[in-house]
Amino acid sequence: MTDYRTFLKEYDGRTIRIMEVCGTHTASIAHAGIVSLISPKIELISGPGCPVCVTVTEYIDRLIELSLTPDTVVVTFGDMIRVTGSQKSLQDVRSEGGQVRMVYSPLDITALAEAQPEKTFVFAAIGFETTTAVYAALIDGMIESGIRNIRLLTSLKTMPPVIDWVCSMQGGIDGFLAPGHVSVITGSDLFVPLAVAHGVPFAVAGFEGEEILMALYALVKMISHGESRVMNLYPSAVTPAGNTAAQHMIDKYFTSCDAAWRGMGIIPDSGLMLREEYSMFDAGSRDLFSDHSHHPKCRCAKVITGALKPTECPLFGTLCTPDKPQGACMVSSEGSCCSYFVNRRKV
Amino acid sequence: MAHGSGGKATSDLIGSIFARCFDNPILAKMEDAAVVPGAARIAFTTDSFVVTPLFFQGGDIGKLSVCGTVNDLAMSGATPMYLTCGFILEEGVEMDDLEKIAKSMAQTAKDAGVMIVAGDTKVIEGKGGLYINTAGVGFLPEGDFEVSSSFCRDTDVILLSGTLGDHHAAILSARMGITNTIESDCAPLQGIVAELLKEGIKVRAMRDVTRGGLATVLHEFAAASGKCILLQEDQIPVTAQVRGLCGILGLDPLYMGNEGKMVAVVAGQDRERALACMRKSPFGQMAAVIGEVIPGEAGTLLLHTRTGGTRSLSELYGEGLPRIC
Repeated sequence: MTDYRTFLKEYDGRTIRIMEVCGTHTASIAHAGIVSLISPKIELISGPGCPVCVTVTEYIDRLIELSLTPDTVVVTFGDMIRVTGSQKSLQDVRSEGGQVRMVYSPLDITALAEAQPEKTFVFAAIGFETTTAVYAALIDGMIESGIRNIRLLTSLKTMPPVIDWVCSMQGGIDGFLAPGHVSVITGSDLFVPLAVAHGVPFAVAGFEGEEILMALYALVKMISHGESRVMNLYPSAVTPAGNTAAQHMIDKYFTSCDAAWRGMGIIPDSGLMLREEYSMFDAGSRDLFSDHSHHPKCRCAKVITGALKPTECPLFGTLCTPDKPQGACMVSSEGSCCSYFVNRRKV
Repeated sequence: MAHGSGGKATSDLIGSIFARCFDNPILAKMEDAAVVPGAARIAFTTDSFVVTPLFFQGGDIGKLSVCGTVNDLAMSGATPMYLTCGFILEEGVEMDDLEKIAKSMAQTAKDAGVMIVAGDTKVIEGKGGLYINTAGVGFLPEGDFEVSSSFCRDTDVILLSGTLGDHHAAILSARMGITNTIESDCAPLQGIVAELLKEGIKVRAMRDVTRGGLATVLHEFAAASGKCILLQEDQIPVTAQVRGLCGILGLDPLYMGNEGKMVAVVAGQDRERALACMRKSPFGQMAAVIGEVIPGEAGTLLLHTRTGGTRSLSELYGEGLPRIC
């Protein structure tokens, strides 16, 4: 049982850099104290898989504008509330009369909308493939029950194009801890073309400390042997083909589009938006395709692609803290910088 | 609704619900102020309760409002004695609900050995909401007894009175319509404190583990004492159901609110006796020694994880929000 632990702790080969793409993995790695269990020659880099982190300021500004529009209520997950747009956050405008509601599931919006049919509820629909499946279910339910006062302001992202982008940035990533939740929907085969194209291995892993250690072990082994395969170490939840029913549901309502990633610019075909025939459910997402930057010294893009560690950003821990986040990575509890700061990952 | 007018409707409301439920000789005088016997040193505190829903598995806002203030008093080492309560009712509150809440407060006060000796009611426009403020007085033991978050010393041990996260999880479940059997841990803790003091345990610091959770409390202790605290994750009790809910929502029990749990830092040699004191109480059955004060970087809280790693815990940032992916 402890063989792989000993291996990871005592690894003394060339320095290896592994990116965990998913924000939940970032949090789990911190929670389990994984860094204290592996050799300093195995570096873990937090990737672009936190949806809040990669949302551009224009999107937040648009939400704020909507929240101040009469008879319009912005509904969002909690993490989004504290993110600062170009000037303010949703939390700030709340005190100025902005109508903002926090929910735990997108499906909660249905009850709100039914209770106040005179108002329009705009959901801040951010997320990756996993969450998009829930938005598709929400629209499906709205159509079925004839609810007409819900709109989505979408800023939806997909994983493969951004992983492709990370590889093309040549940040020196040797292997990927593939996102577990996304893989449940998409299937592990999604990563095969990326592994082949860039010659890097992927390990699909669960979120327990032990599962992450085993995935890291598999990755280090594959990297050492020059293998670029996709290993599914989360077979209890992930299949090669994924959840095809959810994929069809996403495909029914959404179509691929270019997307703006905070600090990273426009990545072609890396987003999803509502199909033309369902655009009546859209709250103006189509106009949000730019990324005017935030604080000039914020290094989000470099942190997210693995070129810099959070602690190497000049704002980290000084001008940028969880109480007063500048870059989006400090905002979500799963953002790379916040996770580093809160858990002082370098114990 | 004229119940807040100060006229007959008000006195009817007070008479029919509050005076009947909270019945005691001091309140019965219906004077402007309660006059009560005192002590040389008193502890005095107040707290307001705005929870929704008003009723949840394991409790209600009334029970919460008594426990909250009783526990704050108890954590100073005081014996809670008298409570006041202020109700702010929004128009549309069901009288049946109000009576249930008052009865619940009365029962909890009885369990905690305190008297509700004064009260106030206001009615405002709204949609049937109900808010309670309680203030309380407790008597401190004679002498110079004192506990403080700054008194922790090396080799002291950290005791937790039971499982973490139950209240937070119960409230979230109710709000989200998740069906489970998680109950709020809402409970008065003065009994545990009395037992610790009666047995002469060298208690350095005590705190009820409410909003912000265990990590926030112990971080404060470590900072105030200039010490390092090391916790053992596998010793920290969390029920399987709460753990499951946390897994789904991305919450960490170490940062979740409780309403009937306390943490005590006691001298290392009193470890077993202190644990026995806690376990004597019906609210301390799952008590455990969860860590110790160790030589190390001042103001740090470390967790030895179940996976075998070590990480540093900070205080809670933000609102303890669930993750979204």
